[in-house]
Amino acid sequence: MTTVSHLIKSFTLWEFLKAHALTLKYFFKPKVTINYPFEKAPLSPRFRGEHALRRYPNGEERCIACKLCEAVCPAQAITIESEPREDGSRRTTRYDIDMTKCIFCGFCQEACPVDAIVEGPNFEYSTETREELLYDKAKLLANGDKWERAIAANLEADAPYR
Amino acid sequence: MTAFFQSLGLPYEWAWTVATLAGILIVSLLVMFSVAMVIYVDRKVLGAIMLRRGPNVVGPFGLLQSFADGLKVFLQETIIPSAANKGIFLIAPIITFTVALAAWAVIPFDAGVVISDINVGLLYILAISSMGVYGVVMSGWASNSKYPFFSAMRASAQMISYEVSIGFVLVCVVLFAGTFNLSGIVNAQQGFGLGLINAYAVHPLLFPMWVVFFISALAETARAPFDLTEAESELVAGYQTEYSSMSFALFWLGEYANILLMCSLNTLLFWGGWLPPLDIPVLYMVPGIIWFLVKTFVFFFMFSWIWATVPRYRYDQLMRLGWKVFLPMSLLFVAATSGYLMAIGHFA
Repeated sequence: MTTVSHLIKSFTLWEFLKAHALTLKYFFKPKVTINYPFEKAPLSPRFRGEHALRRYPNGEERCIACKLCEAVCPAQAITIESEPREDGSRRTTRYDIDMTKCIFCGFCQEACPVDAIVEGPNFEYSTETREELLYDKAKLLANGDKWERAIAANLEADAPYR
Repeated sequence: MTAFFQSLGLPYEWAWTVATLAGILIVSLLVMFSVAMVIYVDRKVLGAIMLRRGPNVVGPFGLLQSFADGLKVFLQETIIPSAANKGIFLIAPIITFTVALAAWAVIPFDAGVVISDINVGLLYILAISSMGVYGVVMSGWASNSKYPFFSAMRASAQMISYEVSIGFVLVCVVLFAGTFNLSGIVNAQQGFGLGLINAYAVHPLLFPMWVVFFISALAETARAPFDLTEAESELVAGYQTEYSSMSFALFWLGEYANILLMCSLNTLLFWGGWLPPLDIPVLYMVPGIIWFLVKTFVFFFMFSWIWATVPRYRYDQLMRLGWKVFLPMSLLFVAATSGYLMAIGHFA
């Protein structure tokens, strides 16, 4: 009896027809793809994107060249050199991040005692050449100026959970 | 069209030549244009079933996507592997493409709208589609690479196996129609079902044969679920692995031209070609070519739909289906059809 029903099922292509009814139902369902450049998915305040060096509101750079980020970086993507400035405070003369090495683990921003190096919400920074991804201090500070409002809002939103 | 060129003052022979060449040009351009559009439809349908959007950036609704891809491929470099047999390597995609276009010579798009209305049209199509396997085998062998060679072996075995059952299915149709001429077969379908339906597929003896033909057409064109000639997960990309640029595009165009050919054969042999679905005078107001294109498109949609639904067959399952199910079944139906037609005095 089972053989007969199996034969009937396979010769009427019953299971194929059922499968096609299912896929036809999905054909008319609303599509879930986000229309990317025009629509974007929501980002968490903890999102770890492109790096930035922040400044205090008076324009003084936050980084004190403690080199904790350089020490903690598992990919060894950060290079820092420092000297005392004329006013005696210790400042970086060089702060490079090799974005091709970076694994976006976020340890640098966790290690930073003054919230100077942070990973901002920007992830659209593709470049045409590899060299453009070797960020120097000027580029990182410019990022900080550009994204300061978003970064500050994200830090504030995340603060209650720290 | 010959009459039009004669009216311009050309003698009959020259008018015929010019008219035929013009017809060939028009049909090949139209086929290539529809191939481009149909690739777009294929991607859209597949995307829709997977809840994606499909191509939607190039042109309105992404309609120009295929042309953008074509342009990109055209501008790329043709890479010839150093160990490949250069002559055969380069001629293989040309054969595939030429053969895929040549078969369209006998396809009637409307009553009388056909390049060559020969009496053995169906045999011509069988012969031409058998030659398509040469392009595949030559490309697989000339690439001098492992997986393309496996794929070419698989593809040739698959095409040959399913041509056998396709042959028997066509015998059933020819027995009913009494002609090998495709236009004749379409005309024989007028009012076939109870004097009302213009289709062979409504007959209980021919409907199973249509199903067999449709599935064999999938196998013949190496479409999913029988796409194991270019099974990405096992054979990289099948016999086209070593190809790039225009030689790759020619394979691609030829493949889709073959798929369209099989869709239009489904239309012509079983679903009444350019005739409207029902034999009602009102429906004849719509031009025949519209009916033909609509029906062909419906079949193409079914091809895409099946691609999105059914997982790939294993090689032994494919062979079992071809030789141990379809071949005996179509043989049985050839015997049943001829017996039935003798009994009702069809040949008298």
